[in-house]
Amino acid sequence: MNAAEAVAHRANATMAVSAWRPFLPLVWLGLAGLLALLMAVAIGSVAIPPAELWAVITGEGSSLHQTLVWELRAPRALAGFATGGLLAVAGALMQILLRNPLADPYVLGVSGGASVGALAAMLAGAGTFVLSGSAFGGALLSTFLVFGLAHGTGSWTPARLLLTGIVVASGWGAVITLMLAIGPTDKLPGMLYWLMGDLTYAQTPWPALVVLALVCLLVIPLGRSLNVLARGPLQAAALGVAVRPLEWTIYILASLLTALAVTTAGSIGFVGLVVPHMLRLVLGNDQRLILPACALAGGALLTLADTLARIVIAPEQLPVGVITALLGVPTFLVLLYRSR
Amino acid sequence: MAVLETRELIIDIPERADGRPLSLRMESGQTWGILGPNGAGKSTLLHTLGGLNRPRSGEVWIDDTPLRQMRRSTIARQLGVVFQERQDGFPATVLETALIGRHPFLSPWQLEGGDDLAMAEKALERLELSDLADRPVSTLSGGERQRVALATALTQSPSIWLADEPTNHLDLRHQVAVMELLSEQARAGHTVVMCLHDLNLAARWCDHLLLLYPDGEACWGEAESMLKPKALEQLYGQPLTWAEVDGAPVFVPA
Repeated sequence: MNAAEAVAHRANATMAVSAWRPFLPLVWLGLAGLLALLMAVAIGSVAIPPAELWAVITGEGSSLHQTLVWELRAPRALAGFATGGLLAVAGALMQILLRNPLADPYVLGVSGGASVGALAAMLAGAGTFVLSGSAFGGALLSTFLVFGLAHGTGSWTPARLLLTGIVVASGWGAVITLMLAIGPTDKLPGMLYWLMGDLTYAQTPWPALVVLALVCLLVIPLGRSLNVLARGPLQAAALGVAVRPLEWTIYILASLLTALAVTTAGSIGFVGLVVPHMLRLVLGNDQRLILPACALAGGALLTLADTLARIVIAPEQLPVGVITALLGVPTFLVLLYRSR
Repeated sequence: MAVLETRELIIDIPERADGRPLSLRMESGQTWGILGPNGAGKSTLLHTLGGLNRPRSGEVWIDDTPLRQMRRSTIARQLGVVFQERQDGFPATVLETALIGRHPFLSPWQLEGGDDLAMAEKALERLELSDLADRPVSTLSGGERQRVALATALTQSPSIWLADEPTNHLDLRHQVAVMELLSEQARAGHTVVMCLHDLNLAARWCDHLLLLYPDGEACWGEAESMLKPKALEQLYGQPLTWAEVDGAPVFVPA
């Protein structure tokens, strides 16, 4: 290798490194997520100091702490993390689909459908398994309803889709109110908590976590196509994107993510709208970075919010949806105000 | 090097009669101008040529393949479109916007490399946008955005260019620069097709013209044979005066 080649080689090497540098924020967000998870298992009615926590993680420590961490707090923290990540990624995907920063699973009626499904199962006194399936079915029904109606007989514009979603969501809202009004009193607290989002009844976190990881892997190769789609369907098609299949993929994916999140933790608002926005304001608009960042930041945010929800008025617990909104609203407004 | 061919093509404009089917060959090295009044279907035709609109009947071929049998990504490696209207969607910088021109050439897992970046930067330089590279596109003027769109297409470096009013929003100097850029592409052996409003730009820069009438009628051929005042007056429904300046005809509304 002569000198010139060496220089060129080094230049190429630096280029390769700098190409990955934009993804550095993912490392920081990953660390933040880990920290949030550690705090979630350490903080609570019985505080576990760091040294003791380390002992528990390495398989030692008292059996009380073992039980507390592995059987109570860790599953709940992981479920919270997964739910937050799912909601944030779903929101980010829907915003690209509609090229509208207002879009999120709640606005589009997906979670309304899931809520109706879940509340119906609760009213019928069904077990958790049926409840999950029912919520999932409600989300999918709402998805196809919105997409089918928005397509109508004519074109399929983002504005029309958004409007259809909003109207369908209001419809679900009315059905929910009706169910609450006619539901038996003994079931009301459970239903209300579920509507506000609550991780208390979160079952195993693994389905949500696995799906979150899979989706992150899946959206990275789709990321550049999504970047192009964000510039409008015509431009995207002209640059080689198969627009309609991609749009369907995004919508179905986002609906599945929402359904799974709602099934895990009830209806938690705001994460899907706010997390992608905050990240876009800070990190720019490359979806290859934004989507995994949403998974991590959404996860970290919801884990922290749930930790707060557990301790703010301990021994009582708040629904986590209250905390996400209370934290999210001011943060979002400040960021929006400061951005250009 | 690619030939864009239409066979018995009728573009789909709702509630309009079929008119005359288009059967023409746009060959490499040629610069085609599509002329016609508002609503004649210039943009629809351009989108149909790019495979973005389904024709009512007939077909568009690139070389020996019908467009509808090609994957969008294959088409995008040969054919670039500069749109008249653009959606900015989410904020992006000028350089990022130019860089998406490389999209058809990268595999899903591939990141834009140094070569892609170099192509985008060269395109920005060619359109005098280098100083604006880091500016958000949303902060640019209409003419600057128009040049960003051209820079994206230049980064894509297609062998067939379809440009819808490429001189929109541009000042005189940049109009000339852009027309110069497009004929440079033609000289390099690419096929250039553009919709134009300005007869005089068409007269000066296009070697072939397609006149599109509002009722779907059309005629096409070499520029000299098409630039007949009578035909143009009928096309626009506007009397014209003309003169010859430096060997090229100049048309002015009478």
